[in-house]
Amino acid sequence: MKILRPIITYLLLILTAVIVFFPVVYAFLISFMSGAELLQGKFIPESFHLENYQKAFERLPLAHYLWNSFFISTVVMLGQLLVSALAAYAFVFIPFKGRHIVFFIFISTMMIPWEATMIPNFLTIQQLDWINNYQSLTIPFFAIAFGTFLLRQHFLTIPKELKEASDIAGLRSFKFFWKVVIPYCRTSFVTLGAYGFLTTWNMYLWPLLVTNNDQVRTVQIGLKQLQTQEMASEWGVVMAGVIIVIIPTLILLFLGQKQLQKGLAQGALK
Amino acid sequence: MKSTAEIQEKSINKIDLKWRFIHWRSAILYLLPSIILFSVFLFYPLGKTLYLSFFLTDQQGNANVFVGLENFQYILQAESFHKSIKATILFVLYTVPTGVIISLFLALLANEKIRGVGIFRTIYSSTMGISVAASAVVWLFIFHPSMGILNQLITSIGGTSIDWLLHPDWALVSVSITTIWMNIGFSFLILLGGLQNIDDHLYESAKISGASYFYQLRRITIPMLSPTLFFVITVSLINAFQTFGQVDILTQGGPSESTNLIVYSIYREAFVNYQFGTASAQSIFLFICILIVTILQFKFGERKVHYQ
Repeated sequence: MKILRPIITYLLLILTAVIVFFPVVYAFLISFMSGAELLQGKFIPESFHLENYQKAFERLPLAHYLWNSFFISTVVMLGQLLVSALAAYAFVFIPFKGRHIVFFIFISTMMIPWEATMIPNFLTIQQLDWINNYQSLTIPFFAIAFGTFLLRQHFLTIPKELKEASDIAGLRSFKFFWKVVIPYCRTSFVTLGAYGFLTTWNMYLWPLLVTNNDQVRTVQIGLKQLQTQEMASEWGVVMAGVIIVIIPTLILLFLGQKQLQKGLAQGALK
Repeated sequence: MKSTAEIQEKSINKIDLKWRFIHWRSAILYLLPSIILFSVFLFYPLGKTLYLSFFLTDQQGNANVFVGLENFQYILQAESFHKSIKATILFVLYTVPTGVIISLFLALLANEKIRGVGIFRTIYSSTMGISVAASAVVWLFIFHPSMGILNQLITSIGGTSIDWLLHPDWALVSVSITTIWMNIGFSFLILLGGLQNIDDHLYESAKISGASYFYQLRRITIPMLSPTLFFVITVSLINAFQTFGQVDILTQGGPSESTNLIVYSIYREAFVNYQFGTASAQSIFLFICILIVTILQFKFGERKVHYQ
């Protein structure tokens, strides 16, 4: 029994890992196949040539889309960190009257599904003339209740003595924030940053609505274009597009997995 | 003549008031960015959605004719909205329980303390880094009628191939499979975090008394994990109601509207048919559904949850 248990565990781990990771491996293999190979129903490509990748970049301004996605995700990430940190700071370190009510209102915004507000938001963006503009893809997403909540939970664990000591030392709020709060709560900032970047990079419905030319279009919409343009025999090119799109976020996830797991679990539970 | 104590009290009150004012002012400054953004992009549009749901609109989305509750009457009687509701409910039933059970199983496996388990954790959480569009495109090919791996496997063992995305009964199942796969990463990561937070001492005493693995699972792990499970179920439910990308890429709501989930239906009504009034009525319906689910979950779920 003692020997059997690790063997069963390993078998189950390997079996489930193969199933879960299969679609990614499948996409990777197909991205090297020509149309003829696909029609023959092959599973392993004859050679690993990069022709499909080259084609993907030729068909669409994919490099430009990648830059758009990268830029938008970075700006949203920084915006969310800043706006959430400011709000969380007020909730933890400034003893103003009614902060419980305000905090409750903040949290209750998590219950409003974003889709229920998308029609007026679209009309607002239209009126502001922000269609095909970076603003429409970034600014509406800066305020995020989840971020404020996550950071507040971590700020609360900062010992009161540290705040008192810095008050006595005459540290201004900003300096206290910069020198004490940020180093102390690094995990939460990294978690929220990674989360913000990932979700923005992967956004689909909103960019579909507010972009209608190549100017600020993101790579996710590019993928849809690629898929609708290519027919039957060109699946290799489409899968090359898929691999290009998922590599940045997969790398980010592999690097930040431990932090993300810790941070999200904390935010979820406390 | 006022006593010194009185004067002192007054000046303390004054200082107190002054501090209160300063706190208020700085709190508002810190909260202002959030408050402005929430007002412009969340509260105002929510109100506007409600407002639009009482009107007929033109193509630019301007409210033209007040019709009261007629939009709601219309959608509640329309057959296509009934189909959409039915599809959404079925979709929730297909994806939420299965997704949570699979993720829990994977989290339990990956929580075993054995060599090399880190690789498996990375693999299980990987789907969180894969976007809706990318996942849907890959699965679109997996479900491909002739070249896709699923039908190739089925025909190679002598079965007849399945019209995954083209048959009304199978299409929703196919979209559900894709969704479950996509959500595994996030649910797994949260559940693993929850498992790692359970105090090891609890298991030690169980081991000494010789309790079996499944006894420990039932008596220690599940009860201690219940807050995390509760959170994962709530998030999965809300996500299921908000599904859009998979539908847009895999089926466009078809065949014969069998996968026309509610957000896709809103999208079509508003941005393809330009019926902003009825689309807003559907949005309000979605909002109320999610509100009810959240409240019910907290009311009934919370009771069964065991907190440390």
